[in-house]
Amino acid sequence: MARFRSWVSIALAGAVGLTLAGCSSTGGKRAEDARKAASAQGKAAVNTPRWTVAMVTHSGDGDTFWDIVQSGAKQAAVKDNINFLYSHSDEAQQQAQLVDAAVDKKVDGLIVTLAKPDAMKAAVARAEKAGIPVITVNSGSEESKKFGALTHIGQDETIAGRAVGEELNKRGRKKALCVLHEQGNVGHEQRCAGAKETFKGQMQNLYVEGTNMPDVQSSIGAKLQADKSIDSVVTLGAPFAATAVKAKQDAGSKAEIDTFDLNEKVAAELKDGTLGFAVDQQPYLQGYEAVDLLWLYRYNADVLGGGKPVLTGPQIITKDQAAKLEEYTKRGTR
Amino acid sequence: MSAAAPKTPPLTDERLLKTSPLRKLMGRPELGSVVGAVAVFLFFAIFADSFLRASSLATVLYASSTIGIMAVPVALLMIGGEFDLSAGVMVTTSALISSMFSYQMTANVWVGVGVSLLVTLAIGVFNGVMLTRTDPPSFIITLGTFLMLTGMNLGFTKLISGTVSTKSISDMEGFSSAKDVFASTLTIGGVDFKITILWWLALIVVATWILLRTRVGNWIYAVGGGEDAARAVGVPVNKTKIGLYMGVAFGAWISGQHLLFSFDVVQSGEGVGNELIYIIAAVIGGCLITGGYGSAVGAAIGALIFGMTSKGIVFAEWNPDWFKFFLGAMLLLATLLNAWVRKRAEATK
Repeated sequence: MARFRSWVSIALAGAVGLTLAGCSSTGGKRAEDARKAASAQGKAAVNTPRWTVAMVTHSGDGDTFWDIVQSGAKQAAVKDNINFLYSHSDEAQQQAQLVDAAVDKKVDGLIVTLAKPDAMKAAVARAEKAGIPVITVNSGSEESKKFGALTHIGQDETIAGRAVGEELNKRGRKKALCVLHEQGNVGHEQRCAGAKETFKGQMQNLYVEGTNMPDVQSSIGAKLQADKSIDSVVTLGAPFAATAVKAKQDAGSKAEIDTFDLNEKVAAELKDGTLGFAVDQQPYLQGYEAVDLLWLYRYNADVLGGGKPVLTGPQIITKDQAAKLEEYTKRGTR
Repeated sequence: MSAAAPKTPPLTDERLLKTSPLRKLMGRPELGSVVGAVAVFLFFAIFADSFLRASSLATVLYASSTIGIMAVPVALLMIGGEFDLSAGVMVTTSALISSMFSYQMTANVWVGVGVSLLVTLAIGVFNGVMLTRTDPPSFIITLGTFLMLTGMNLGFTKLISGTVSTKSISDMEGFSSAKDVFASTLTIGGVDFKITILWWLALIVVATWILLRTRVGNWIYAVGGGEDAARAVGVPVNKTKIGLYMGVAFGAWISGQHLLFSFDVVQSGEGVGNELIYIIAAVIGGCLITGGYGSAVGAAIGALIFGMTSKGIVFAEWNPDWFKFFLGAMLLLATLLNAWVRKRAEATK
């Protein structure tokens, strides 16, 4: 026991010593704190009562995209003096039950995603029966109005897909690969179908296991090796772009990698030319606007969009805009 | 001592001794989970405003019932000493079969429901027969079934419907009556209760009756306690195990029909991972992972704890990122508590 204790103290002393001796003058927590201090400060800008808004999404655990949506929502909540609650489940039944729980809490506003619209129908109807205004975000633009939501904020996946097809044409591509990382996601199918629609060349779908990165890499690599004529790869999520780049290097392919959505790495790789372009749907805006519109509705009965979805994308991002966006992705708002 | 005359041995068999009611209670497998459930309930009653509202409790009960309907037959199977890792996706499979059969054949929805029951039971029989006729343990065999079903759910749905979810069948004959049976809402005193709660209670009653009052119940305990010994005294081991797998399949069929009729459209990729939740509920409820010990009521209480925690965290406005952490901590605590209670019970016998 005594020996164990002395080992522990040696290890601790060593760790402290190393940390002190090896300070990094770039990056790390200190740089992050400086960025945070430079970004918006948290104080309510209004004197409305403290309303509670709940957001229930179809996200799985630990999802970057939904983190950004949340940070937008939280920012708006601070500004509008709103108590913001977030919950999520990738199982339709669970998501519906979470909406039920929010209704039981008698929240003042509800934000839901309709990735699985049929499963959410009854829960959303129950919210409206209880007199809770509902705004849908991200997915379900077609059902939003039918379910009686105030408005829908998001990106039409088919339109986004078409924009990708157009951009590929502009770049003179002939043969593209669309990498779907979630079997069973309707929105992903729509993206690839939209791209196929406008793309003048050939487009193939490749299904990969998104929860298993090595598998994604080997699948894309094998495909690129098997078909040398593929000159562009489109991934449907930011984390998969970097993986596709690795796969391309392994396969010795010349294909250009393009992606949906942004993250820090995508912005950096756009800047240095590793990636061709990214299609962003501005998740921050989806969270921010949803909370803000609920506040507007409660405060002033305002509704945005005139009965049509409010689109937050697609925004094509290339090398030119990447430098500025890199800074914003670092603080988790793009 | 040796000089004393030997006392006459007691005339009663020690197995026929009267035990006090308290001691009987101490010996019940679900005691640990009852204590846990009360603790969790009090905790959220104090820390989560709106948890004690009638509508909130109805939501909690609904969440518990959707797990409990599966946790009860899974507990029976675990008492029989086996696992079923395919239980989670089997629910989705069952819903998909009902929906797609009705739609493609343009048949009355009840036909699809019937076909689904037969096919789901057949999957259960497949699990049971594979287990009893071959060597590998149930963990491996049902892992295989789990993967095959996951692939078949996606593959067949895409092949038949062209998309990853089924087509709507809500405008077909028989839908509304099936919805009444599997997914209706009963309003009692202004509060909406889902019918799954009734299904859940019915399953608890039936399973408890089988375990405690029938010959089959004795077979289940015997098979889980020691397969060879059970076989030696004439228990039909293979039949019992196949029956238990069919029980799980039956639960999956009820859950699957509920999914279908409450949402009308089924997503083919769902259900993965739920099998562990059912097992967790059974273990929290006092089932031993090695078999031979446990109860249906315990598993139901395990499901209730699960439902209270998953929704209680929402009512308490906590960050849901921590949900799995609480679940894991609770599993460990419940298991330790169960082990301690069991030891005490055995020591005082």
